[in-house]
Amino acid sequence: MSRFLEILAAVLFLLPLPAQAGKLGLGRPALPAEIAAWDKDVRPDGQGLPAGQGSVAQGEEIYLERCAACHGDFGEGVDRWPVLAGGQDTLTDERPIKTIGSYWPYLSTAFDYIQRTMPYGDAATLGADETYAILAYLLYMNDIVDDEGFTLSRENFTSITLPNQPSFRNDDRPRVEYPLFRNRCMTDCRATVEITGRAGTLDVTPK
Amino acid sequence: MSEHEKTDRTRRRFLTTSLAAFGGAAATPALSGEKPDPAITEVQPWRRHLGPGVDASPYGLPSPFEARVKRRNVPWLTADTRSSINFTPLHQLDGIITPNGLCFERHHSGVAEIDPAKHRLMINGLVEQPLVFTLDDLKRFPRENRVYFMECTANTGMEWHGPQMNGVQFTHGMIHNVMYTGVPLRLILQEAGIKASAKWLLAEGGDAAAMTRSIPLEKALDDCMVAFAQNGEALRPENGYPLRLLVPGWEGNMWIKWLRRLELGDKPWMQREETSKYTDLMPDGTSRQFTWVMDAKSVITSPSPQAPITHGKGPLVITGLAWSGHGVVKKVDVTLDGGRNWTEARIDGPRLPKSLHRFYLDIDWDGRPLLLQSRAVDETGYVQPTMKALKAIRGENSVYHNNGIQTWHVRANGEVENVEVS
Ligand code: HEC
Repeated sequence: MSRFLEILAAVLFLLPLPAQAGKLGLGRPALPAEIAAWDKDVRPDGQGLPAGQGSVAQGEEIYLERCAACHGDFGEGVDRWPVLAGGQDTLTDERPIKTIGSYWPYLSTAFDYIQRTMPYGDAATLGADETYAILAYLLYMNDIVDDEGFTLSRENFTSITLPNQPSFRNDDRPRVEYPLFRNRCMTDCRATVEITGRAGTLDVTPK
Repeated sequence: MSEHEKTDRTRRRFLTTSLAAFGGAAATPALSGEKPDPAITEVQPWRRHLGPGVDASPYGLPSPFEARVKRRNVPWLTADTRSSINFTPLHQLDGIITPNGLCFERHHSGVAEIDPAKHRLMINGLVEQPLVFTLDDLKRFPRENRVYFMECTANTGMEWHGPQMNGVQFTHGMIHNVMYTGVPLRLILQEAGIKASAKWLLAEGGDAAAMTRSIPLEKALDDCMVAFAQNGEALRPENGYPLRLLVPGWEGNMWIKWLRRLELGDKPWMQREETSKYTDLMPDGTSRQFTWVMDAKSVITSPSPQAPITHGKGPLVITGLAWSGHGVVKKVDVTLDGGRNWTEARIDGPRLPKSLHRFYLDIDWDGRPLLLQSRAVDETGYVQPTMKALKAIRGENSVYHNNGIQTWHVRANGEVENVEVS
């Protein structure tokens, strides 16, 4: 930012905003440095990606140090911590496994999420290069890239597509469901009723 | 037989049946009025001695006899309580307002303990002038008071594969209903000047998860609010103190707590909570996304597994809650026989759009086993479906947005179990 803009911003910071038509004149202008500090979100089209890069090998090192304790060396998830890899072709199974490789539609979501909130309990500590590297490793673990020498960067980021992306569609309940659920039957609505399942037999409710 | 003997016999008979019926539950003393009730004849300590003075409890707490009324979690469900959920004790509440201390909690990185003096709300992106507000600034906007339900997308999700949790607190307790005080989001956004190209809003929290969701601008400008109070006092830390977003009628995850930033953009951001989570996996392997509205739903809160019938035959109050993300609930029906025949229940208290409604059905219970269900009909004419009907469309793996009808099996002894019916 130029010196002039900085001074201008500082002046604006001190002066209340003049009330414009329909406005109350509350709040003060956000400074570019403040916006940069908080606006870290990344979109599928790459908007918001920071400059940087990282390789599969670098990612493996960081991952093992900062992520594997919970997510497992191979992204398999330790105990009940989330699974991060595998699960391809399980989405129609009885127990589908949803991971970046099997379920997530966009890679940008993983970049955004990891730099925003991981490692759990030590959030907002990963730099851009580290995040690119971890993602390169996650792509490798999920068989989306098979080249061990792969490096992910802002430049090649949007060329990566995740396999399950075409499977997502917008809410269709208004068309598919709502017309079916309009019958308010009051008497003799069904012939027989049998109990087909009981929570008591499972016995998993806290006492 | 003397009058004396007759009453005595009737009394004995009553005791025998009631003991048999309730598996030995204590019968109310002095039913015939013959043996005086010590609750009346003896001077109780609180009748004789002075109680605590004012200020003994400057922030009042419930009676110690209500100690069992509390939020509860399901320890086996999650690896860590800071990325977890607990449940509102619906079976112990009445009316439509959830007391602040009993509103269920869902955190992704624990409760942010925010110093309000250090809290800011930023607006950036496609606006004429990015702005920063303090809480004091926000309290200078015109305010509104609104009662809304807030339901977690996963409420009743554990029941999708068949009855699992034996208690309405656990099957339906990821919901609360409070009166919020705050500012229409529209007014705050207009202050920054919305650019014509803006179509979406990103809301971001200030906790260690920095939770984010994309919201279509149309909804943001319609009835969304930025709230700083619930039930007349500051938001509770668990519910987003000092500031949270309200997205009325839409899934709870979008109601960003500890709200610190609003960004306007021309496309959705496709955040983790609108892709990896809260999308609905259909039987063919495709997924529904942006399933925001919480459809009409209801549940009987008493009797229910944690609130069995302990008084035997005779007058019985069946009560529960109904709500719809599409507006007001027009009618609630209750069945005693698993859905063969239905009776319209009585809705009592405020009927507000996108708020809980309280219903009652007052019956004379003859002691027969019951298969209790309730069914909400909202202002669009939508009739709450059975879980079976939902599963026929959504398959086995679509655990979110389960608004199916819940069944409670009441036994002759008054015990209640969560069951599934054909
Ligand atoms: C202390 C345990 C822990 C550590 C260490 C950790 N995570 Fe996590 N991770 C979690 C938890 C808990 C969640 C779920 C959080 C929630 O409730 O939303 C999660 C969620 C995730 C998810 C989303 C999973 C999904 O399917 O939605 C990703 C991706 C992830 N972590 C990546 C990482 C990376 C990369 C690292 C290392 C930089 C890391 N995590 C370190 C505990 C951990």
